[in-house]
This record gives sequence, structure tokens and C-alpha cells, in this order.
Amino acid sequence: MGRYVARRLLQVIPVVIGVTFIIFCLVFALPGDPIQALAGDKRADPNIAAILRDHYHLNEPLYQQYWHYITGVVTGDLGETYNGRAISEIVSERFPITLKLGLTSFAIEAVIGVVAGIFSALKKGKFIDNVVLISTLVLISIPVFVLGNVLQLEFGVNLKITPVAGIEKGWPQSYILPAVVLASTSMAYISRLVRASMMESIRADYVRTAIAKGLPTRRVIGVHAMRNSLIPVVTFLGFDLGALMGGAIITERVFNMPGIGGQLAQSVYLRERPVVVGLVTLLVLIYLVANLLVDLLYAVLDPRIRYE
Amino acid sequence: MSEKTIERPTTDEAAIAKEIEAEEKAAARQASLLRDGWADLRKRPMFIVTSLIILVLLALAIAPSLFTARSPFSDGFCQLQNSMTGPSSGHLFGYDVQGCDIYTRTVYGTRNSIVVGVVTTTATTLIGGLVGMLAGLIGGWADALLSRITEVFAGLPLIIGGLLIMSIWGGGDVWSVSFIMAILGWPQVYRIMRGEVIANKYNDYVTAARALGAGSWRIAFRHILPNTLAPVIVITTMNLGVYISAEAALSYLGIGIQYPNISWGVMISDAQDRFLTSPHALMFPAGALSITVLAFIMLGDVVRDAFDPKMR
Amino acid sequence: MTIIDPTDAVPAQRPGDHENTGPLLEVRDLHVEFQTREGVVKAVNGVNYTVNSGETLAVLGESGSGKSVTAQAIMGILDMPPARIPQGEIRFYGKDMLTMGAEERRKLRGARIAMIFQDALSSLNPVLSVGFQLGEMFRVHQGMSRKAAKAKSIELMDRVKIPAAAARVNDYPHQFSGGMRQRIMIAMALALEPDLIIADEPTTALDVTVQAQVMDLLAELQREYRMGLILITHDLGVVADVADKIAVMYAGRIVETAPVHELYKRPAHPYTRGLLDSIPRLDQKGQELYAIKGLPPNLLKVPAGCAFNPRCDKAQDICRTEFPPLVPVTEADGTELPGRASACHFWKETIHG
Repeated sequence: MGRYVARRLLQVIPVVIGVTFIIFCLVFALPGDPIQALAGDKRADPNIAAILRDHYHLNEPLYQQYWHYITGVVTGDLGETYNGRAISEIVSERFPITLKLGLTSFAIEAVIGVVAGIFSALKKGKFIDNVVLISTLVLISIPVFVLGNVLQLEFGVNLKITPVAGIEKGWPQSYILPAVVLASTSMAYISRLVRASMMESIRADYVRTAIAKGLPTRRVIGVHAMRNSLIPVVTFLGFDLGALMGGAIITERVFNMPGIGGQLAQSVYLRERPVVVGLVTLLVLIYLVANLLVDLLYAVLDPRIRYE
Repeated sequence: MSEKTIERPTTDEAAIAKEIEAEEKAAARQASLLRDGWADLRKRPMFIVTSLIILVLLALAIAPSLFTARSPFSDGFCQLQNSMTGPSSGHLFGYDVQGCDIYTRTVYGTRNSIVVGVVTTTATTLIGGLVGMLAGLIGGWADALLSRITEVFAGLPLIIGGLLIMSIWGGGDVWSVSFIMAILGWPQVYRIMRGEVIANKYNDYVTAARALGAGSWRIAFRHILPNTLAPVIVITTMNLGVYISAEAALSYLGIGIQYPNISWGVMISDAQDRFLTSPHALMFPAGALSITVLAFIMLGDVVRDAFDPKMR
Repeated sequence: MTIIDPTDAVPAQRPGDHENTGPLLEVRDLHVEFQTREGVVKAVNGVNYTVNSGETLAVLGESGSGKSVTAQAIMGILDMPPARIPQGEIRFYGKDMLTMGAEERRKLRGARIAMIFQDALSSLNPVLSVGFQLGEMFRVHQGMSRKAAKAKSIELMDRVKIPAAAARVNDYPHQFSGGMRQRIMIAMALALEPDLIIADEPTTALDVTVQAQVMDLLAELQREYRMGLILITHDLGVVADVADKIAVMYAGRIVETAPVHELYKRPAHPYTRGLLDSIPRLDQKGQELYAIKGLPPNLLKVPAGCAFNPRCDKAQDICRTEFPPLVPVTEADGTELPGRASACHFWKETIHG
């Protein structure tokens, strides 16, 4: 296990460097003068430009600039906005909102997705299976922003069950509807994945053995088939986090929530490039770390990986 | 189950003959797998229904002018005094905030969605498939290097990566959006292709072909490639819907396809602010988008059921 | 009840058995069919056999002969549907298991009738330790604590001669060699000292040298516990040393039964003869090895008459039209040969000619 962890940690380093380098190149190594870009349509003041150039290390070679950027990222400095506000400050203010939204939605998709998938697999071809199959198809097909708007109208405006937008009511009232919307697509994928892997593992030889051992059905499914079926789901959850973060940007915009995603959407709209870069860097790092954790969890669940 | 009691070849010639036979059988089995998949596919009602929907969508994409007398690019197409007017006869979908006819815009938006889906999917399949095949076939250092490079690209999730790139480079038309999504999307196909190639590389019939002196290219194209096709076809079909949906999401965030190009995502985004008072401006493009995505996802589903050897 | 206590090995005297009498296992006129897309596959068509305590029955046949399906029907682990048992009885100490309730049946599985599968790697759960999988038998059937069950597991692993059992009890199946894995399967089957063990090709997946060790172990434990053993195999070489009697199956039917040594000496069915002739022998070195021509029949369209007729070199017209029932085999002078039967129109010519 120790060796596996070490190897996986070593593998993630070049990826982090590579991804941050791509982000860096996209932003800082573009042709054209970033200072002029900063000034927009106006003509940049040469004195201020010189100061700024110095401030952003623009006179140094590319690799040194990258070094400044990456050390900044590592020490928690994600850069600053055009008005000189530290992006890390924005993050500490807005991140808890996104985290609450994300975790709530994660819980919803994992629980409902897994339960629906298992029932669907065990009742293959029956009514409940068809219900799950059709509703997952519909959920996958309706884009998050459409579903968000429709549910907002229905539950917020017409039925008045949930707040229409914002987070004034706090958790859970203000979060539950956005979390359901955010969870919808992944929930559908998870239940289909669980259904497929469950159907595969209930046909597996070791499940036949478990039945031959005289174990009660509950135990055959719950211990022997389930453990194996959850392995692909765990892999999916890591990958899914990327989609979840993308979804959070949209969901927070739909429900007007002041989280990281809402901020990002707004910054894209206002063309605040440094904020976009800082927040994207943060999200990508979270994504990579989460994937690392998922891989380690994967090793815990599947001993064949651990002892490779 | 390997029950070999009954048949035991006695001489070397017999062994070689048997290997040749095994090789031919393997190739034939592959061909028949694809053929069976196709035969199975044609019989499924779901396939017929989704194909019909997709044919209609293709017709809309190729010749939108057949479906509407108006052109969204003509002068006077949008009349501000019609802003947010609801559906009426002659204007079944009503007008949007600019006073443009939503039906016409929805019809014309089909092309961009379909083109983005098809172009992005084709590009990811080609790039991912080719690189994945190389990594799997060559193995060793090439595999390690290509896999690390892929991981870097896979480290940028689709929407977030797209957001970053497009907010810097600007989005614009279908081609730049497709290009950017393809850059972010190919690692998925790479993984599948590489995994399949490696899994097939060590199959008995490939070893047999190699033992018989078949060249590397022959092995790659006659034996390994056909075996990898089914999973790649499946993921490709599914991705069509996924990328159409992703384009809409990016356009919705204001960084995908942009004016004057028409996109369902942009239409939904524009309609959102007034959604609570006049939902029609959002519901029609949203419905078109959902039906399109649904059609492609369902097609992917039924293709998987027909081609996935594990399901047979 | 302790696990390794030979005095407790007379199954008929177990509590709760007094109302049931009869041989350990009796299969009567068993039919099994599978519903498939192409049609109904009749996998087992009227199989009869009996196994007594301490007796080993070898069931021999190619894949698709119905030998494994019969075993799964006895275990009650067929997937139903697609499988169906339209008729037949499987009596365990005289009581028909097919009419039992699901819960009653489950309690017999593992505890009274256990099964050893062919491929131990896929038959053991890859993500659970072998100690857990062995201990589960005690925890589920006897309500033992986790700790006591683990001690029992170590004891069992010792019993099947796994070295350093205490150190390896927390290891996972893939960490063991093929032979050791099969020993774990055997240990699992033996755990609750069942009355009957069904071993489905227990050594097919193993190296030849390991095969002998595992077979010896199985035979030794079977003698010790006086269990009934059904040994399913396609390998006549494995059978000779351990079995008491043999049933040869072809296309879902028993085509010949005989005490083991008589079958080797004088087969009464051309199919059995073909199987015997295709075993390589040292005294025939340099000669071409015999092989039965053709392939096992497609169970969707079993040939009319005798199912073996297209592959039989002695086939006559009658073999293509008339179905041969399983009839007792006698000496040429009519003396009875106990336990022998053949389903061939020309059994006399086969055994005596």
C-alpha cells in the first residue's frame, strides 16, 4: 500500500506541473502585450506600464515567470484582481458556499444514484428498472441550466416551496434545490453505472460461490456483489468532480448564488482575466487532488491494485 | 472451459494448421461481431425511433430554409416592438427579447449544435484513437510519455478548461468551440483505445498471428484494430450528445458560440433573465436542445447494447 | 460441534434427520432447460443417479453434456429464469429439495451440501480476504463471532495444508498460487463438514503436478469425513484413483454407468470407448492418437435417435431413428453386472465384441 501511495503521489507531480504550465502559457505567454490588454482600449501610460511590467515579472525569461506563478499558487497566492484585491480573499469568502453546495449535491447523487442503480439491476426488465432507465435518460438529456430554470419556476415561483434564488435562507433551504439540479446529471450516470456493474457482478463466479455457501440473499448482494460494483462508481466520482465543478458554475449562475462558480461566471462575463485564471487554477488543483484521493480509495476497495 | 481431451493434434503441421485456422477464425469472429451488432441494431425499435429523430435534425441542419420561410440573417427579421410576445399563429414559438422569431432562430440553431457535436466527436475520436493506438502498440517509454501528456490534458475538466481557454482566446464560431472541446476531450478516447489495444495485444490469436510471422502493421490493422472498434463506436455515439450539451453550456455562460452565430445555448441564456415572466423564449430552444441530446444519448445506448460483446 | 472431529462424521445421525430416510442423494428423472433467444435448450434430459455416504461418483462428459448443470441444479444455484426444471426430483436423505422452501434450501447449502468450483480465482471474491470468506461460513450458519470465525478459518487452512496459515489468513485470493487457491475452495466447502461435496472440475485449471496433490487431498478428506462426493470432470485420468463409480453423460443424458474399474476394462458404450482411446498411453508411443471425430451436438437440435450417432463409427440405421434407453448391461451369458448400464443399441457388441 505504501509503495502504491508513493508511486501515485510521484505521478501526480508532473501532471500538476503540466496543467499549471498550460494554464500559464495560455494566459501569460500569449502574443501581444498583457499590460496593453490590461489597459483595454486606452493607451497605456509608459511609466505605469513599466512599474506593472516589473510587478508582474514580465521582463524576466518565461521559465522564471512560470516559477513566480507556481510558487504563488503553492503558497496560496492566486494573483489579484484589477482593483488589487487578492483572489485568495475572494476564495475564502466564497468557497464555503460552493463547498456546501457541492457536498450536498454529492450526497444526493451518491445515495439516490446507487440505490436506484441497485434496484434497477435486481429488478432487471421490471417496472422499476424501466422507470429508472427512462428517468435517467431524461435527466442526462436536459441540460443543467434548463432543468435549473424549470425547477426554479416550479418550486420557487409557483409552489413557493423553496427560495427562488440566493442563499439568504441558509443551508439546507437555499441549497437543496440547486444541489438537486447540480446532482441530476451525475445521479443519472451513477445509477446507470451501478446498474451495469451490478448486473455484471451478480453474474460473476464469486457471487455464485456466495450463493452456494448458503448466504442469505441480502448478504450475497450487500457484501459480495456490492463491494465489487462500487469500484467503478468510485472511479467515476473522481472524474465526475470535474463535471460537478463545471455544473456548479452554471447552477450558481442560475440560482444567483455567490459561490466560486457564480464568481467565475461573472468574471468571465466581465472579462476579468486574472480572476478567471486564479479561480480556474484553484479548481483544477482541487480536481487533481480529489482524483488522487479517489485513486487511493480505489486501492483500499480493490486489493488487486494495492499489491500490484 | 478448456476441455482438450477429445482433440489433440499430433504433428507440427497439424499445430500450424490449427493456428492458421485460429487466426482466421479470430478475424472472422471480429467481422461477425460487428455484423451481428449491426443486424441486432437494425431490429431495435429504439434505434429506428432515434434514427428518425436524428434524420429530421440532420435535415434541419442541412436545409433550415425548407422549414421556415424567414431568414434570421435578413434585414428586419427582428422587430423590437414584438419583444417577448408569446406564441401566436404564424409565430408558433413567439418572439424573444429582441423581437426575433424564436421558431426561425431555433431551426437555424440546429446546424451549429449538430456541427459542433459531429466535429468535436470526430476530432476526439481521431486524435484519441490514433494516439491511444500508438501508445498501446509501441508501449514502453512512448506509452509512459503519451500517458503523462494525456493526464495533463485530462486534468482540465471540459467546462472549466473551456471557460479558461475561451475567456482568453474568445469563443465565437462553431469551429473554434469544436477545436477547444476536442483538445479537452480526446483523453477519454485515448484511454479506451489504449486499454483495448493493450488488452488485445496479448490475446492468444495475436500471439498466434505473430508466431506465424505476420508483420506488425498487419497485426495492428487486421487483428488489433477491429477488436477495439466496438467500444470506440459506442463512446463516440454517446459523446455526440455530450458535446452538443457542453457547447450549449459554454454558450450559455457567454463564451461559446457568439453573435451573430445562432446557438440554442445563447438563446436560453438570453431568455433566462425574463424566464419567470415569459418562459416561452426559453422553453422552445431548451426543448430542441433536450430532444437533440436525448436522441444522441439514446442512440449511444442502443448502439452499446448491440455492440458491447459483454452484453451478448 | 467441532469441525475436525471424525466421530461426528456419520451424517445420517445428525439431529433433525430422523424423519428423512433414504440414500444421501438421489437424482430422479431430472430435466433442466434454458430459455434462450434461439429457443429452448434442453441441457439435462432425465438424469438418474444415487450417491451414498462415503461414496464417490464421477460424472464424466464433454462441455455441454449437462454434467455441470445437473450439479448446479442439485446445489440450487441455477439462475431461474432462464433455467427451468420442468420435471424431476432431487432427494436429499429422501426429501425432495425441489419442493422445499427457499429458506430451508439455503440452510442446506454450504452446511450440508457444498460445492467446489473449477476456477478458484474467479470463484473467490477478489476484494475480500480469504479469512473473511472462510469465516463467513461459521458466522452465517453458526452465528459465530468474527474472532472465533477467524480462528476457525486458520484451523481450516491448516487442515488443507496451506503453509503459514495464521500469517496468510488476511491475504486476498490473487496473492495465492493456483493450487493454494483451490485448497482454499476445498477448505470453504469442508468448513461445516457437509454430507455431500460436489466438485466441479476441481483440478482442470491447475498444473499437472498440483492436480495430483489437490485430488489426493480431496480424497483423503473425503475418506476422513465419510462424505459423499460427486466429482465432475472430463478427464478420465483423474477419475481412476478416486471414484467408486462413474456416470458418463452425453447431450444431457447418462449414456453409461459402471463401477470405475469395470468401465476402464470394458466400456459398454462407443462414446466411453472413444474417450478411453483418446487418453495418451506410454505403450502406444509413436502411434497416432485416437480422437472422436466431430463436435458435441448443438443442444438446440439434438440429432434424432441416439444423440451420439453422427460421431459414432458403429452407427447403424436404427441409431438414427430410435432413441436408445439406458438398459442394464450383462455378461454374454446373461449374468448380471451390478451397477452397469448403457444407452446404446449395440452395447452387447461394444462390451463383448
